[in-house]
Amino acid sequence: MNPILQTLLPEFILGLGAMALLLFGVLAKRDQSTACTWGAIIGFILAAIAAYTAPTGTIFAGLFRSSDFSRYADMLVLLGAAAALILSLDYNRREGIARFEFPVLVMLAVLGMLVMTSASDLMTLYLGFELQSLALYICAALARDNLRSTEAGLKYFVLGALASGLLIYGISLVYGFAGTTNFAALANLLGNGAGYGTVIGIVFVLVGLAFKVSAAPFHMWTPDVYEGAPAPVTALFSTAPKVAAMALLLSVMLGPFGHLLAQWQLLIVILSVASMLLGSLAAIGQTNIKRLMAYSSIGHMGYALVGLAAGGEAGVQATLVYLALYIAMSFGVFACIIAMRRQGRSVEAIADLAGLSAQRPAMALALAVLMFAMAGIPPLSGFFGKLYVFAAAVHAGLVVLAVIGVLTSVVAAYYYLRIVKVMYFDTGDPAFDRTAPGVRLVMAAGAILSALFVFLPGPVLAAATAAARALVG
Amino acid sequence: MNAAGFPILSLITFLPLAGVAFIATLRGDETVVARNARFGALWTSLVVLALSLYLWLKFDPAQAGFQFIETATWFTGFNVSYRMGIDGISLFLILLAAALMPIAILSAWSIRRRVRELMIAFLLMQTMMLGMFAAGDFVLFYIFFEAVLIPMYLIIGVWGSERRVYAAMKFFLFTLTGSILMLVALVWMWSNAGTTDIATLLHTPIPPRDQLWLFVAFLASFGVKAAVWPLHTWLPDAYGEAPLPATIMLAAVLSKMGAYGFLRFAVPMLPQAAAQAAPLMFTLGVVAVIYISFVALAQTDMKRLIAYSSVAHMGVIVIGIFTFTVEGIEGALFQMLSHGIVIAGLFICTGVLLARGEGLALGRLGGLAARMPAFAALLMLFSLANMGLPGTSGFVGEILVIVGAMQVNFWVSLLGGMGMILGAAYMLVMLRAVLFEKPRVTGLGRVDDLRPREYAMLAPLALLVLWLGIYPASFTHGFDATVAAMVQAHTAAVVHPATAALAVAIR
Repeated sequence: MNPILQTLLPEFILGLGAMALLLFGVLAKRDQSTACTWGAIIGFILAAIAAYTAPTGTIFAGLFRSSDFSRYADMLVLLGAAAALILSLDYNRREGIARFEFPVLVMLAVLGMLVMTSASDLMTLYLGFELQSLALYICAALARDNLRSTEAGLKYFVLGALASGLLIYGISLVYGFAGTTNFAALANLLGNGAGYGTVIGIVFVLVGLAFKVSAAPFHMWTPDVYEGAPAPVTALFSTAPKVAAMALLLSVMLGPFGHLLAQWQLLIVILSVASMLLGSLAAIGQTNIKRLMAYSSIGHMGYALVGLAAGGEAGVQATLVYLALYIAMSFGVFACIIAMRRQGRSVEAIADLAGLSAQRPAMALALAVLMFAMAGIPPLSGFFGKLYVFAAAVHAGLVVLAVIGVLTSVVAAYYYLRIVKVMYFDTGDPAFDRTAPGVRLVMAAGAILSALFVFLPGPVLAAATAAARALVG
Repeated sequence: MNAAGFPILSLITFLPLAGVAFIATLRGDETVVARNARFGALWTSLVVLALSLYLWLKFDPAQAGFQFIETATWFTGFNVSYRMGIDGISLFLILLAAALMPIAILSAWSIRRRVRELMIAFLLMQTMMLGMFAAGDFVLFYIFFEAVLIPMYLIIGVWGSERRVYAAMKFFLFTLTGSILMLVALVWMWSNAGTTDIATLLHTPIPPRDQLWLFVAFLASFGVKAAVWPLHTWLPDAYGEAPLPATIMLAAVLSKMGAYGFLRFAVPMLPQAAAQAAPLMFTLGVVAVIYISFVALAQTDMKRLIAYSSVAHMGVIVIGIFTFTVEGIEGALFQMLSHGIVIAGLFICTGVLLARGEGLALGRLGGLAARMPAFAALLMLFSLANMGLPGTSGFVGEILVIVGAMQVNFWVSLLGGMGMILGAAYMLVMLRAVLFEKPRVTGLGRVDDLRPREYAMLAPLALLVLWLGIYPASFTHGFDATVAAMVQAHTAAVVHPATAALAVAIR
């Protein structure tokens, strides 16, 4: 087979698959949302297989690079997106927003993310970035008759457009001052220092990407969008695009701009500290569990950024491990949130969970495991993510950052514990409706992966090591 | 392989998980499940105890280093392996934890609500405790050390008394704050030594400048866990609100985890900092002994009085550890064992009173010596042991610590020894109020004396108190070599830092 075709096979599968599903959806007599969703999930599985077997190397004269790094990020993106689609199956039907466009849009967004993770040129980067953003704006407003959902879509679009503007402005500055947009060429060029213009350009690129990973102080859209968007869409937002944007951040900052670590390291440290502080402090007062998860995700991105701030192979590896563990926790939690339905309506207040441990012990146990994992209490998976990022930070001499990180994680533990407290210590009558099997499956998968990572860390670590080596080594 | 011929430490540690699996799969109506869960947990803990006794039998007391070492790859490429191993210090703490677990489970017999979950939580906690004492790798130790919080938090919060939620939250966040600082110290030492093997870390020199802040991190962590004054404020709430079995495990074993941390990490790995901090630790210990004893004297609730007496005794243990003498450290270790047994006995006595509907307010109790003679005799024994009467276990530990402290500082020894006098004061006040004074509240009818299940809990503890008190050598024999080697290494590191570093380099 043609090497170009082979390298791009996952992208082809997703792109052509999305077109095919779109045609099928439009031409079908009845609404075919369930069939389209399953089609998209199968597409993701095929794309994952294709990405796993894709040869490593650069194609299109350096525009696109497939490596162990992009493979690792692709797997996480596909996993997160597939989980979100499984969650959407039942939820969208019950909420009356089951439309075949949703899986098509998610497929297009994932296509964008796959391009992002393999981009090796600022232009490819921007293309992928925009493709996923535009698809996701529509997803946020999927419940178009719901005021909060449309508000979420609009807010996400306006702020996202601003971020895209900053990103493209930064790219143009870098191009103007360096004369190239190719990663390898930039890395060569910036090896012996950079002028002010380039550095300013890098800062704009960084800000644009920080919007997407919702790192404070560029997080403003996150709580409202998380709360307003339908729950499966929120589940998607908190997994796949986060991984893609973080992977992009890693590959841009440590690839072409890697030699300028000393100049941008402080910025990442500031972003990271601000995110960790905001994620832990602002979440305390939340009563809506989706908003709480929004702040929690800001905090988690802060911890993931600690690895980037540390730089080097150990730092990349730490961030990648963190992302993998975060995805598993995150879709598990959102499965629990989607399972919070009473008399056909979804409820979102934390107080609604009161007494859950008596009525639905399995769900309460799963959510408790996930909460302890998110809080980073060993032996659950979240702890190892934190251990790696802090180890990378201390190894790189950023002891103060590590200390701030562990202290904010205690504050964060408070609100995670509060959810456990509500479920186990308070009395109440949640009386949730029967949960769909798909949702239960995702919930169990998230909880089991988080609980048992300690026994089998090998595969994730080996993959992350290979990915980090491909990027930095 | 090791002396036992099979991976005994892993077996001891993870056997309770098999019990968890058994209990989790029980089917049937509620009473059947509850009964089977109780017996399942009890038998599991008894098998663990038997295995631990076998471990003691096979243990070679002449050897100072780690024994029964097990290794397996775990986090490949990070030099973090699964390593287990024990020395004389950890052996007896494993025995203590294994011996008290069946007793705690027996004391949970009267809890009727959510029995299955309670037993699962207890067995999980046992795995964490045993694993922590047996861990031969710092990361592994940390995981067990912090994971204990999860079952304990749930036990206090679900089965505790009125202010349980507050107590559970306070307990969790206090201990988490402390231990999370140790995490930073851990990763620092990891990147310093390139491995987290405890045996290697013990021989890796650390610059004195860095030792200081590492010590602060350890102090925050182990100090909270061991409830060293002034980091003890979570303790009265947690002990007071937790259900009886959890109080027993908290007071008898979990508080020893902190002291164990000092002995395993803070003192041998950071010798200079430990030596520098010794005056501070003495001060904290003496304040705990004297001030907390007075606080205990002022309590009107029996459970809280015993809780405060526990803080005072932790002060003695801290003093003993930081004398860096063989007598002091052996005294601290002995006191850890003795205190674990005695405090469990005292708390079970409060449980007996609660089961009779007597309440624990000292003002309402009284005259029980005549009404419950067997109970009175045992309560008396444990109280006398708690104040350190010769012939009981409490005496040996206290006297060794006083002797050890005397070699270092007369005043520390004197003031630390005050604990025995003040301990006598508050324990005797308690005994008078509970056993001898005429009850101020009339109308209390006849109450039964001890029931068979209560004898099963209290009698072994009473025998242990006497055994430790009358023939302490059967225990000190086990940790003599380890402690001697530790003190020697510490003295060498503090007195001749350069030669010690050289010796390390040569090794």
